[in-house]
Amino acid sequence: MTQLRTTPLHSRHEALGASFTDFGGWLMPVRYTSDLAEHHSVRNAAGLFDISHMAEIEVRGADAAAFLDFAVSGRMSALAADQAKYTLLLEPSGGIIDDLIVYRTAEDGFMVVANAGNRDAAVAALTERAAEFDVVVDDCTDHIALIAVQGPASQAILEATPEIRVGGHTPLSDVKYYRRTHADFVHGGESVPMHLARTGYTGEDGFELFIRASAVGPLWDAVLASGEPFGLVPAGLAARDTLRLEAGMPLYGHELSRETVPSQVGLARAVAADKEDFVGRTAIETVVATDAPVLVGLVAEGRRAGRAGYAVLDADGNRVGEITSGALSPTLGHPIAMAFVSPHFSAPDTTLFIDVRGNRIPATVTALPFYRRKK
Amino acid sequence: MTDLDNLKYTAEHEWIAVDGDPSTGSGQATTGAVVVTIGITDYAADKLGDVVYVDLPAAGSSVTAGDVCGEIESTKSVGELYAPVSGEIVEVNDAVVGDPSIVNADPFGDGWLVKLRVDAAALDGLLDRAAYVALTEGDK
Repeated sequence: MTQLRTTPLHSRHEALGASFTDFGGWLMPVRYTSDLAEHHSVRNAAGLFDISHMAEIEVRGADAAAFLDFAVSGRMSALAADQAKYTLLLEPSGGIIDDLIVYRTAEDGFMVVANAGNRDAAVAALTERAAEFDVVVDDCTDHIALIAVQGPASQAILEATPEIRVGGHTPLSDVKYYRRTHADFVHGGESVPMHLARTGYTGEDGFELFIRASAVGPLWDAVLASGEPFGLVPAGLAARDTLRLEAGMPLYGHELSRETVPSQVGLARAVAADKEDFVGRTAIETVVATDAPVLVGLVAEGRRAGRAGYAVLDADGNRVGEITSGALSPTLGHPIAMAFVSPHFSAPDTTLFIDVRGNRIPATVTALPFYRRKK
Repeated sequence: MTDLDNLKYTAEHEWIAVDGDPSTGSGQATTGAVVVTIGITDYAADKLGDVVYVDLPAAGSSVTAGDVCGEIESTKSVGELYAPVSGEIVEVNDAVVGDPSIVNADPFGDGWLVKLRVDAAALDGLLDRAAYVALTEGDK
């Protein structure tokens, strides 16, 4: 077994009493106290997540925009400075290597945030595709730490953190969804540049904070301290998973893989099919009319949740699909799941059955997301 | 408060208490039928996370040592309940069925799962506290 990596915040997680789990080769907090309490805190107040395991890959150079238009599914050249976009890194066959958030950092610069477990694959694919372009692909994961403040109180908490000084940059109240602003983190006589992006993976309002790895400890402490009166708690990957599931957000390795193409998982919108040329385009255009299973939401009654890998059956007991993620929804109080099912059974309100370890639980196909926050 | 040293344990993270006479828990020879209480350890409860559903065998049913006799579901995962010894279920903790969070709040007390009538001799093969603690520390 290979040695699991830890983030710069590991000793703080230990001091907070966290339980840990292996996630993408990293030893990450799965919970501090209670999955459910942390989940509800994010929905009702705010939670603080360490997501420093995620990969940050900088793309710089005169061809940076043109390169990304070729290398990923969306049109990154259309991004304004400090704007972000959710996009896909595709194989030539159309399979999904990773899902990414790409930030435009400058006219000739972008930062690509990739999943921890796909770091090497993403770096390799981008580097290989960069051969014909005037760009540098630079894996900065080890130098950049990332924490997320998520929940309705997020903006108020960050505004109440005196060490975070936005100065003359865009104030947090004016940062729109999928935009970021700049700030200085002032601590111990030092001023460290940081970015605050209105992005997240919970279905709530919130920010993701990027900072130099060596400064993330004091930043974590500062946000935790200023957030306490607002009900902020540290939150682990268990809560993150149920939050993103309720929000209908895919998780690589569950809903997304090299064997799935974007149209199967409702991500055709992440593919700019009118672009001239990009990796994966040909395959995607030819796959449209197949019988490939499609991703749907399933809701059920009671308390027994379908889990990843459980079979989905039709009324006659025939296997018509498989669950990719499932849980008893903490917010909604009933079981929810995402599943790949045959397109013949994917219409909303279709009644199907989940094979929960031999018990057939009725479930209804529903549109995603399961949970949508009140604006 | 339960004295954890008077309980027996399994490698599947169940605890077993001999009812009525806690002094018999630490390896003294006992014969005949006894009623034992079974639950999962704090270690198991912590590993599972928040328990949201328990499925327990019905009172009156028989269970066989080592077989799965129930399920404990958390938000994150599904744990199986193994019968630590063979016997007959004499009581099920309905309070835990109604409010599974009791398993997390008090795994060695109010979070007990079932009571089982067993042959006392069958308890000899179970782990004592020291052996169980050594086992879980090896897991970390």
